[in-house]
Amino acid sequence: MTLLDTRNDRPGTALPAVRLTGVSKRFGSGPTVLDDIDLDVQQGEFVCLLGASGCGKSTLLNLVAGLDAPTVGSVEVPGGRAALMFQEAALLPWLTAAQNVELALRLRGVGKRARRERAGELLELVRLRDAGAKRVHELSGGMRQRVAMARALAQDAGVLLMDEPFAALDAITRDVLHEELVRIRASQSLTVLFVTHNVREAVRLGDRVVLLSSRPGRVAKQYAVDIAQPRRIESPEVAALSVAITDDLRAEIRRHGGQS
Amino acid sequence: MTAPAQTDDLASLEAGLDALETHDVDRTPWWRRALASAWPPAAAVALLLLVWELVYRAGVKPTYALPSPADVGLVVLDQLRDGTLVSAIGTSVERGGLGFLIALAIGTPLGLLVGRVRTVRRGIGPILSGLQSLPSVAWVPAAIIFFGLGETAIYAVVLLGAVPSIANGMVSGIDQVPPLFLRVGRVLGARGLASARHVLLPAVLPAYLGGLRQGWAFSWRSLMAAELIVSSPELGLGLGQLLDQGRLLSDMSLVFAGILGILVVGIAVELCLFAPLERRVLRRRGLLVGT
Repeated sequence: MTLLDTRNDRPGTALPAVRLTGVSKRFGSGPTVLDDIDLDVQQGEFVCLLGASGCGKSTLLNLVAGLDAPTVGSVEVPGGRAALMFQEAALLPWLTAAQNVELALRLRGVGKRARRERAGELLELVRLRDAGAKRVHELSGGMRQRVAMARALAQDAGVLLMDEPFAALDAITRDVLHEELVRIRASQSLTVLFVTHNVREAVRLGDRVVLLSSRPGRVAKQYAVDIAQPRRIESPEVAALSVAITDDLRAEIRRHGGQS
Repeated sequence: MTAPAQTDDLASLEAGLDALETHDVDRTPWWRRALASAWPPAAAVALLLLVWELVYRAGVKPTYALPSPADVGLVVLDQLRDGTLVSAIGTSVERGGLGFLIALAIGTPLGLLVGRVRTVRRGIGPILSGLQSLPSVAWVPAAIIFFGLGETAIYAVVLLGAVPSIANGMVSGIDQVPPLFLRVGRVLGARGLASARHVLLPAVLPAYLGGLRQGWAFSWRSLMAAELIVSSPELGLGLGQLLDQGRLLSDMSLVFAGILGILVVGIAVELCLFAPLERRVLRRRGLLVGT
């Protein structure tokens, strides 16, 4: 485990997939949510953002997704738009699984036949080809998140933003989806920015874990995860790094207790 | 551990998990469902007729005030045979249907406007909900003075009854759209019209249908109120006018026949149009538990 500089600049590499420069965000005259964040996500990198409540994780994702603008600083996504996945699958219940995926294509202006074909491929990728005609309520929570993943991939955005996408799933399903995400990410060479408050999940998935402090959200520390994939969440390597990160996370949280 | 073997492992694991977590929906045949839902109301009607017959036999009221179920049945048969009841039902359904369609054409865009434009909502919203609680029969005198004794007065009363319900259904539908859906639409790149077409309108549909259903009920009720009062020889004979005729002739059986006609139409439209439509929409979205 190596501690990294805040700026992950590797000389000679191409443009990062996401670059945040001096980003601060406050809503109206409220408190500062994000404070002077510098963060690069390299092409094909899997970065996990980790932090306690109030660290502005979701706000940060909204900024990268273009749903909101920073108060100060700049957010660049050189590859264009970013796709966003939520904690809830947020599939539209009046559409079938396949139609949900097709809607993303349709809104990008993809033709009807190409749409059908691509949606089929994406459902195949998340291993739900046979469930295409199913309605949302006929799918389990894990299946819904996989359809949501197929829909996010249909946006062909280059960067996939994930806002605690597995937090509402049971542990068994979550574990399987971790494996699935690692597989898909490798096969599609995706860049992923993944928000979570589960330390082990961050270490299980990420190439790099970024620890944010809370109120305001700042980059507190970063960790390179030098553990070869496939990893298992139960493995001693994952556990060891998780313990170290958890200690730092707790130290961050204690600062807010007002006891010191 | 080789890579292909590992993905196969994951595939079978996932297939197993999917199978464990999904359930096939149990589908009972429609006729059994129809039968199961038909007998309780049938029994209730039979009970009602029985009580009516007993009260009649007890002689609580003279026969002209309370005829027996059989007497009313005979009058209904008579009216059916000479075509009066059928034509009265036809006239009323035509008026009610047309009024409802006009109310639909006005109430839908009005609801969208009130639901989506803040200033319009502040201005018209309270008036619209206020109108909904005003019995539309209260409009009849005004309509007669303004439009004279004619069909226009009848339609005016129907519209004043139905438009607020339909518009309010749309407004509450818009209010109930989960923000998450709108957010997803934005993430997927839906803006303006595309967002309305692919996200907002489909999301509003169940509440809108509820509004239509209520709008129909209000159309029908307002129409009866209007027909009862607005009657002139030039106007076609609707169910309300039939009722009024029964009152003038002190013919209780005719009055009952009219009430029966009004009930039958109301129930038929509910059962044949709105209930199946609503059930279909809700079932597709998994919002209908059980049958």
